[in-house]
Amino acid sequence: MSPILLELIVLTLGLALLLVESFADRLNRNTIAIIGIIGLALVFLLLQFGGFSSTAVAGYTQDKAALFFKKFALVTTIIVLIMSIDYSDTVRKFVHGITPQAGIGEFYSLPILTCAGLMWMASATDFILIFISLELVTVSFYTLVAFTRRNPSSLEAGAKYLILGALSTGFFIYGITWIYGVTQNTNLTAIAKVLPSIPASDQNGLLFGAMLVLVGLGFKVAAAPFQFWVPDVYQGAPTPITAFLSVGSKAAGFIVLLRVLEAFQSLPAVESKLSFAIVLLAAATLVYGNLAALPQTNFKRLMAYSSIGHAGYLLMAVASFGALDAGLAVVVYLAAYLLMTLLSFIVLIIVAKNSEGDDITHFNGLSKRSPFLAFSLLIAMASLAGVPLTAGFLGKFLVFKVAFESQQFLLIVVAIITVGCGFYYYLKVVRAMYWQTTTGTQTAIPVSLLSTITIGALVVLIFLFGIFPQLGAGLLS
Amino acid sequence: MNVLVHLTYLGPLVAAILILFGFAPRRTAITGAVVALISSLILFLGYDHTAGGYQFASALPLVPAWDLKFYVGVDGLNATLLFLTSLVALAAAWLSPRTEENLHRYMACVMAIAAGAAGAFASLDLFFFYAFHELALIPTFLMIGIWGTGNRQAAAWKITIYLSVGSIILLVGLIGLYLMVPDKDRTFDIVKLQAMAAHGVFTGSSANWVFLLLLFGFGTLVSLFPFHTWAPQAYAAAPVPVAMLHAGVLKKFGLYGLLRLALPLMPQAAHDFTWLLLTLLVGNIIFVGLATISQKQLDLTLGYSSVMHMGYIFLGLASTNLIGVNGAALLMLAHGLSIAALFAISGELRKQTGTLDYRDLGGLAKSMPLLSFLFGLALYASIGLPGFANFASELLVFFGAFKTATPGAAFNGYQIATVCALWGLVISAVYMLRAYRSIFFGDRPSRWVNVKDVTLGLGWPVVLLLAGLIFFGFAPQAVLQKIEPGMALFWK
Repeated sequence: MSPILLELIVLTLGLALLLVESFADRLNRNTIAIIGIIGLALVFLLLQFGGFSSTAVAGYTQDKAALFFKKFALVTTIIVLIMSIDYSDTVRKFVHGITPQAGIGEFYSLPILTCAGLMWMASATDFILIFISLELVTVSFYTLVAFTRRNPSSLEAGAKYLILGALSTGFFIYGITWIYGVTQNTNLTAIAKVLPSIPASDQNGLLFGAMLVLVGLGFKVAAAPFQFWVPDVYQGAPTPITAFLSVGSKAAGFIVLLRVLEAFQSLPAVESKLSFAIVLLAAATLVYGNLAALPQTNFKRLMAYSSIGHAGYLLMAVASFGALDAGLAVVVYLAAYLLMTLLSFIVLIIVAKNSEGDDITHFNGLSKRSPFLAFSLLIAMASLAGVPLTAGFLGKFLVFKVAFESQQFLLIVVAIITVGCGFYYYLKVVRAMYWQTTTGTQTAIPVSLLSTITIGALVVLIFLFGIFPQLGAGLLS
Repeated sequence: MNVLVHLTYLGPLVAAILILFGFAPRRTAITGAVVALISSLILFLGYDHTAGGYQFASALPLVPAWDLKFYVGVDGLNATLLFLTSLVALAAAWLSPRTEENLHRYMACVMAIAAGAAGAFASLDLFFFYAFHELALIPTFLMIGIWGTGNRQAAAWKITIYLSVGSIILLVGLIGLYLMVPDKDRTFDIVKLQAMAAHGVFTGSSANWVFLLLLFGFGTLVSLFPFHTWAPQAYAAAPVPVAMLHAGVLKKFGLYGLLRLALPLMPQAAHDFTWLLLTLLVGNIIFVGLATISQKQLDLTLGYSSVMHMGYIFLGLASTNLIGVNGAALLMLAHGLSIAALFAISGELRKQTGTLDYRDLGGLAKSMPLLSFLFGLALYASIGLPGFANFASELLVFFGAFKTATPGAAFNGYQIATVCALWGLVISAVYMLRAYRSIFFGDRPSRWVNVKDVTLGLGWPVVLLLAGLIFFGFAPQAVLQKIEPGMALFWK
């Protein structure tokens, strides 16, 4: 059995749920989300225990990294759907249709289509396939970001994301054409074979193409200086979609980046220049993301800048591609990033719903209103800051380790400073929750059973990854 | 028997978890601390110094590919520190307030700090050595911010930023250390790393960088001048148990790290940067000492004095001979006991009077004879009068540091630093006696007439700490003979 089947199942699931949305008027829309969650969970189990043949199809690989990223996409989507259930009231407020439930079903089924795109991308090793799956992801995001269409900031976010997304696609596809022009190939495996025989006179064209691809991916992973869109889009988009963007979209960008870099390994002359560009990108991203996060007062915006900052650490690992565990470092960091970011957003959604706002001040006194949510967010923040015994630490540890191994001392110095900044701005949230007293509503915050289980599971996983590093080390085996 | 080492951190850790699940906070915490104290006492007494090496060790391999395991065990040095940890933890648990908002979380945090400190000392694996220390730091930050006094938020903020950045520098240094080992031998195992040092693995130019990272990383955690400014504010604002545990125990983690890793593994780099360490420690002793004199409140005086006394321990570490490092190790114990006692007393004083400002206090010896007696003993110990462990250890430090002279050569850096440190004793006598005078002697303002003295029922942990100081003051050999075999491997 080939894993392509799984993508087809997910795709069918998404389309089927859209049909249900259209024809079953009276069905409680949350049922759609639940069906989606169960369906994706089944696919996850199938992927985990299915036993897949590893016969390679042209342009479609099934290596360990691909399998990992498929699971990554599934878990992310499941948690995003769970968040969306908590968020559906807000969606309802900003989407008016003939029935009170109009649109909610689409809000639940579009992420599943995105998930199919992400899973496909994890396996794609042909530029055309990569491009198509990337577009499947991006186009569904265009819709989702602007989904709460009566909310002006959501519309603004949608417009910005559309324009900059289209621009980055342009860069990406133009880069592909240059690479194709030089190598006569779009398949990365084939490109890797052809590269050593490229004459020196053609290498500049190749480098130009690769740089364009890098720019296009830079937009996707939110690397400075291609990060302009991030804060506004993250703040304006519906919160579950923000979470999806910051985790799913970023992971997708990184898997593609790793595959492209892997192909270019066979031509060191170009690869070294490409690596140097990534070092610069990483340094700029680290500095920009972390420094700009310092003065933020809105939690979603803070998470936007922190997501830029984390892209910096990930790029730091990518820049150390030569080191033994660089791939593992990226994978572990992304896994940790998934857990802690989704945990932060799920808590944010619940708190924002009960506090009429998502500024950091709305978290004031959360430890009194809901000790459970406050503690969970404390763990998420500690993990994002990189405190040991949490998943985030293992990620940072590996990133520093591979950077040290490939002697990226510039990046290490920058990263030491930015980790310090990170402690500062993540602690702002902790301070609000624990050290400050509530100004507004004092009421306790109800948490639904499904959310409680999800939050609890994420907290436990963050600890498990932190305390038992073998879990992280075994992600690729 | 190997379960004993695990009990030293599991006792408080399990207590912390049980308290969060609703067990009686005070009783559970004290039980956890007693379990840790008994097991660490057995470890300390049971450590066979004639055999040497690491004993009571047990390891659980986690990532074989990286040689990462959960590995604990003791030699004389960390057995002593574990004993210190559990003794101070018991005192801190006993002296914690009985009625406090969210007492459950308060006591759970106190126990988490104790567990983290004990785990860090017990670990013989770099990963957990580092991780346990951070486990102790987080509740420290939170407690200062939530239950602190005075300018608690600013203090909590500052200590968090300083210590987090210090920890990251340390982390990078530790990764550097790990990567200096050739590819196939890489290990997180501290014992193996120490064995490799003999084969010259940690030399060359990278050793200098790694050493500096470790020095500043550990140094920030110990409030090495000029990275010390977080400490006085934080201790002044911290709740009493936190001040006791951090100043008394957790801060020693940085010194322990230097003594366990940086100095023995990279002696050449340590030698090359002696001038730097000597300069900074004189800053600790003289600059911070003078700053201490100008303090107007007891809590700030104690905070600054604890920064100042770190200078003496650094001097012992810098001396690079057996006498000096032995003295430094003993001083870690002595300082831990004395500063914990002092913070405990100042906490009781604040509880009774509501202020620690010298200008408001005076003549309290009449109202509080027992407290003033205990304070007197603790401050004599802190100054380093004979009969207390501080004296024995400071003496060793001075001898060790002064001895490092090249025969026939002119006055060298060590001797200058030693002379400065001796003058530092005068400084510490000045500010401690001044504190004693303005709080307990002189005119007694009428509002202090009815202040209640502490009872022995409350004050016995302080008595216990002071008894330890006197015991080790008369019998320093009890500790030194345990520490010596481990030290003698690297120093002569």
